[in-house]
Amino acid sequence: MSEIVKITKVSGSAVPIRGNDIDTDRIIPARYLKEVTFARMGDYPFFDERYDGSGKKKDHPFNDPEYKGAAVLFVNKNFGCGSSREHAPQSLFRFGIKVIVGESFAAIFAGNCTMMGLPAVTVGAKEIEELIKSVEENPGTEYSVDLESMTLSYGNRKIAIALPETYRIALTMGSWDSTALLRANLEQVKKTAAKLPYMSGFSS
Amino acid sequence: MAGRTLYDKIWESHSVGILPTGQTQLFIGLHLIHEITTAPAFDMLRENGLDVAFRDRTFATVDHIVPTDLRQRPFLDKEAEDLTQALERNVEQFGVEFFGLDSMNQGIVHVIGPQLGLTQPGMTLACGDSHTSTHGAFGTLAFGIGTSQVRDVLATQTLAMDKLKVRRINIDGALGIGVYAKDVILNIIRRLGVSGGKGFAYEYGGAVIDRMNMEERMTVCNMSIEGGALVGYVNPDQTTFDYLKGRPHVPSGAAFDRAVNYWKSVASDGDAKFDDVVSYQGKDIEPTVTWGINPGQSVGISERMPKPEEFSDPEGAKKAYEHMGWQPGAPMLGTPINVAFIGSCTNGRLADLRAAAKIAKGRKVNSAVRALVVPGSAQVKKLAEQEGLHEIFTEAGFQWREAGCSMCLAMNPDKLNGREISASSSNRNFIGRQGSPQGRTLLMSPAMVAAAALNGKVVDVREYE
Repeated sequence: MSEIVKITKVSGSAVPIRGNDIDTDRIIPARYLKEVTFARMGDYPFFDERYDGSGKKKDHPFNDPEYKGAAVLFVNKNFGCGSSREHAPQSLFRFGIKVIVGESFAAIFAGNCTMMGLPAVTVGAKEIEELIKSVEENPGTEYSVDLESMTLSYGNRKIAIALPETYRIALTMGSWDSTALLRANLEQVKKTAAKLPYMSGFSS
Repeated sequence: MAGRTLYDKIWESHSVGILPTGQTQLFIGLHLIHEITTAPAFDMLRENGLDVAFRDRTFATVDHIVPTDLRQRPFLDKEAEDLTQALERNVEQFGVEFFGLDSMNQGIVHVIGPQLGLTQPGMTLACGDSHTSTHGAFGTLAFGIGTSQVRDVLATQTLAMDKLKVRRINIDGALGIGVYAKDVILNIIRRLGVSGGKGFAYEYGGAVIDRMNMEERMTVCNMSIEGGALVGYVNPDQTTFDYLKGRPHVPSGAAFDRAVNYWKSVASDGDAKFDDVVSYQGKDIEPTVTWGINPGQSVGISERMPKPEEFSDPEGAKKAYEHMGWQPGAPMLGTPINVAFIGSCTNGRLADLRAAAKIAKGRKVNSAVRALVVPGSAQVKKLAEQEGLHEIFTEAGFQWREAGCSMCLAMNPDKLNGREISASSSNRNFIGRQGSPQGRTLLMSPAMVAAAALNGKVVDVREYE
């Protein structure tokens, strides 16, 4: 809705979160959904896995100084399952994550990411293991995700990435914030609505 | 030409056009909103000087954070009070009909939509909550959406969407005594996996689904998202029409007949082509309980907990055992519980409370168990009280509460403490879901929760039926 921001290339160091089926309750506990804005969400990703009951830091990649400043998040399968809370990708984004690379993503989560301008791209199981190992062995490695060539590069490696084509177009043409696109057709929306019998209470 | 599915028909009639991204712009017939996922969406409207495009098709309630015991304002929890006030200001400013705490229509958003007859067959529906798939029980295409999408629906009454494939899931034959809709959907998720529905809409059918009442169908559709499917639905039939007739937002007289004709026309054709079909036998489904940390990790009550090696993802199973503290191979039967929760958009309707009350009647909750019954809506509470269900529950030792989401996600004061184990009629057994990072959740039917509450441990409800 605001200015058009085309997202074609995202680069930076990476942080890995291992495990399949990591749900959005784990990414952000529900108590933080009581806040009226997303402003402070960056303080909360994986909160209960990063801090114990007394607020003491636990062992977690998001607490690890070696991964500090990471813009790329590596995850496994069905990441972001469960609740539709956009607070989950908001918390990752505001923490500093600018692209997520995983084996697969839950449907609502992937849609939420795209609409915020946070690409959630997929690679194969073998490739994600390679990537996670590469960053575990060499934290600080620079990774670059290119949505035009649809590749992820690091060192002299280049890996093919995937993203639904509609999401790729939305991100690269800068229309991931879809309200303007949708509003352009308001007259047509009214025409479609008028043809639906329930819109007039089945009056005819 | 092959017949079309309900999904195809509604998709086509609600398509506004194709967007430059290649996505379809889909008209949304009904938008339900609540306090949790909307405040930033309204802020975005204000920042951009936009209005609610179809306010007549937008309805609001408050459900997620409401206390279910002391409801006087201001709430003791200041954050809950602030968020509720934000919604109250937004619905006032934008002119959206609101079922607030003092309304007889207040309740969990997925309970009140059907109850008011707002949810109807052949409609698209969206709500900023993943359990919006509940409304699919009516033959509605119902989408759980995020906050940016809530903004889009508010501003345009449309969504940018990609078309899904359709998987038909048949439950044939009949269910045994003591086996409920909850057991059916837990079994479907166990067999197809928590991500097996990715990219699909689930169409539920077969003799077992055909015989279900609307409340049971809602329980099945509710948990579609737990199987990874964004949408789940049942084709509308006479059961659907009978449920809707006479409800406040359903037309009457000749208009009702016209509505029924339309509703019949949207059902999948007899020769509809599906992208996938799976079939299960009702007789193979037992009362089912989750042992792990996602809704796919469940067993029949007579089974033992599985070994991690039996899974395609043994590490995931090990993580579940590590959190839950059980041993692979242990029996599910006899697992101790500390808390019993009956409620939620999955199982907080009148039929659910009746099933639980039937077990609780004339018996006592185990003295070590904290047991709560939280009706899904103010209306459900009232109807249950007219039948005397509240007396059955309170005499047995259950707490009888006001309507809300409550301990399903513990955004209000109803929470697990420490390592407590909850027998819960809700939909998610994720780590920390019920308010304690160390807490543990066993998902099961409301009747199974009631039986567990009486015994202080997981038992087979069929012994009571």
